[in-house]
Amino acid sequence: MHDMSRRNFFDVAAARSRCLQYRKRILDISQNVQALHIGSAYSCTEIVDTIYHGLMRRGPDGTSPDTFLMSKGHGCMILYVILEDLGVLGREDLDLYCKPNGRLGCHPDYGNPGIEASTGALGHGLSMSVGMALAERGRKTGGIIYTVLSDGEVQEGSTWEALLMASSLGLSNLVAFVDNNDFQSLGRTSETHPTFYPLVEKFQAFGWETVEVDGHDAAAVFAAVSGRQGGRPFMLVGKTTKGKGISYMENVPIWHYRSPSPKEYEQGRRELEAAAATAVS
Amino acid sequence: MRNTFSEALYKAATANPDIYIVVADISPAGSMAKFRDQYPDRFINVGVAEQSMIGICAGLALKGCQPFAYTIATFSLYRPFEMVRDDLCYQNLPVTVVGMGAGVIYSTLGGTHHTQEDIAIAGALPNMQIIAPCDPAECTEATAYCAMQKNGPVYLRLGKAGEPNFTDKAVDPWMFGKLRYIKRGTDVCILTYGVIMAKAMQLAARFEAKGRSVSVVSCHTLKPLDVDGIRDALRRHNHVVAVEEHAPQGGLAPRIKQIAWDMQARCRLDTFTLQDAFIHNYGSHDDLLAAHGLEVGAIAAQVGA
Repeated sequence: MHDMSRRNFFDVAAARSRCLQYRKRILDISQNVQALHIGSAYSCTEIVDTIYHGLMRRGPDGTSPDTFLMSKGHGCMILYVILEDLGVLGREDLDLYCKPNGRLGCHPDYGNPGIEASTGALGHGLSMSVGMALAERGRKTGGIIYTVLSDGEVQEGSTWEALLMASSLGLSNLVAFVDNNDFQSLGRTSETHPTFYPLVEKFQAFGWETVEVDGHDAAAVFAAVSGRQGGRPFMLVGKTTKGKGISYMENVPIWHYRSPSPKEYEQGRRELEAAAATAVS
Repeated sequence: MRNTFSEALYKAATANPDIYIVVADISPAGSMAKFRDQYPDRFINVGVAEQSMIGICAGLALKGCQPFAYTIATFSLYRPFEMVRDDLCYQNLPVTVVGMGAGVIYSTLGGTHHTQEDIAIAGALPNMQIIAPCDPAECTEATAYCAMQKNGPVYLRLGKAGEPNFTDKAVDPWMFGKLRYIKRGTDVCILTYGVIMAKAMQLAARFEAKGRSVSVVSCHTLKPLDVDGIRDALRRHNHVVAVEEHAPQGGLAPRIKQIAWDMQARCRLDTFTLQDAFIHNYGSHDDLLAAHGLEVGAIAAQVGA
C-alpha cells in the first residue's frame, strides 16, 4: 500500500549532501567518456533530487505510484546517478555509460530500468506526460506524473500544444518543472530571444498553476510543489545556473556537452569536496 | 470505411476500457459521436495539434493503454512525423495511427491534403506495421486487430466514405500479415490494396471477358509484407499486375519487382502507381487517379485486358 497523501517533510541537509555526491559521481564518470552533458545535469540536480527523494511517494518495497519522465533527455546523468543510488540501476551500468557493452547512452532509453520514456529530441516529454496523467486518472490510481523540461524545450511548438491540452483536460496529477538556466547552444536565451520572458505569466495564461523559485533551493522547490492548490496542472519554473556547483562550468556554454580534462577534473573534485565539508560543518 | 472504422472501434472500446481515441479536430462521423458521448473520458480531442495527439497516445500506451490517433492521413503521419518515429516506433508502443482519406481521395482539396508517399514513409520506420484495408469489411477486421495487438505501432491507412465491399465472397479470411485472395484464378494475378481495389476488380472483369482466369489479391498488410505470398503469386501466374494508389517509390510495386528479381520470376509483371508528381488537378477521386494514369481503360490497354 502506498501512502497517497502528499509528503510533508523533506530533509534539506540530506538533500544537499546527496546533490554534492551526485555531482561528484557525474564528474567521475565524465573521465571515462568524451562528452556527457554535465552542465545540463548540474543545472537540474536539486530539482530531480527533490522529485525522487521528496515528492514521489514510495511503498515499503521501494515502488512508487508516481512517475518521473525526464523530458530534457540530455540531462539524464542526474537521473542515472539517482537511479543508481536507489538501486534501480547498477554501478556497472553507469561504469559502462556510453561504452559498447553498456546500456546507458547520452539520452534515456525506454526499456532500461527506471527509464519511463525515451527522450532526447526536445519537445516530446510534456505530451507523453499528458498521456500518462490521463491514463492514471482514467484508472483512478492516484498516480502523479512529474516531468522536467529544459527551457529550450519551451521553444518547441509541441510543448505549447501539450500545455494547452493539460490544462484543458484539468490534469491535476501532472507536475512539470522548467529548468530555466537561460542557456542554449547559441547563447543566453534572454539575449537571443528576449520575448521568451516572462515565462510564469505565459504558463498561467495557458491555465497552469505556476510558481517561480530558485531551482537550486531544494526546500523552496519542495515547498512550492507540495503547497500547490491543485485542481489543474502545476508548473514550477526553476531559476537555475547551467553547470551549477563547479565554478568554471557555471554559465559557460561549452559545458553543455564537454567532459573536463584531468586538470579540470581535479579542480572540480576539490570544489565539490570543499562544498561537502562546508555542508557537514 | 470511415463509419465502419468508427463502429469497429466503438465495439472494441466497449469491451476494453483501455482503448482511447485521440483525435485532432476531425468531425465525429458515424459511431465516433457515440464513442464520444458514451466514453467522454476516452475520447480526447486535442484540437489542431497533431504533435500532441501522437505524444499523448504514446504516454497512454506507456501506461498500458491501447490508443488510436485519428485524423486525415497527411496530418496523422506527416505533420507529427518525429513523434511517430521517436515516441511510437522507437519505443515500440501499440498505438494505431489512423490515416483517414489516404492517397488522393480528397481530390478537390489539393496536394496539401493528399497522401501519396505514406507507405514509403511509414514503411521506412523500424517497428511500424502498415495495414491498408480494401473495403469496409476488411476495415472492421483490421480495426479489431489494431485494438488488441501489442506488437508495436500500426499505420492504418483508410479510405473515406461510401466504398462498397469486395470481400464478402473472398476465398481467404482476413489475416494480419497474409495476402488475401478475393478470387483465385490461374492466368493473371492482380495485386493491390486500399480503395483502388474497385479498379482492380474492373480490370479483372476485362481480363475475364477475354477468357483469362484471374486472381485478385488484397495485399492489406504492407508491413510486414507477405513475401512468401508474393513469391507464390509470381510463381503461379504468368502475368502479374500491381495497382496501387501510391508514389512509384517505396510502395508495393517496387517491392514486388524486387522480389521478382530475387527469385528470377518468369512471369510478365506490370505495375501501375501514382506519378512522382504533385498534379494540380481538381475533380472527383477518379479524375485525380486518371490524371495520374490510374484509369481502368488505360491500364487495360497496356496489359492487354
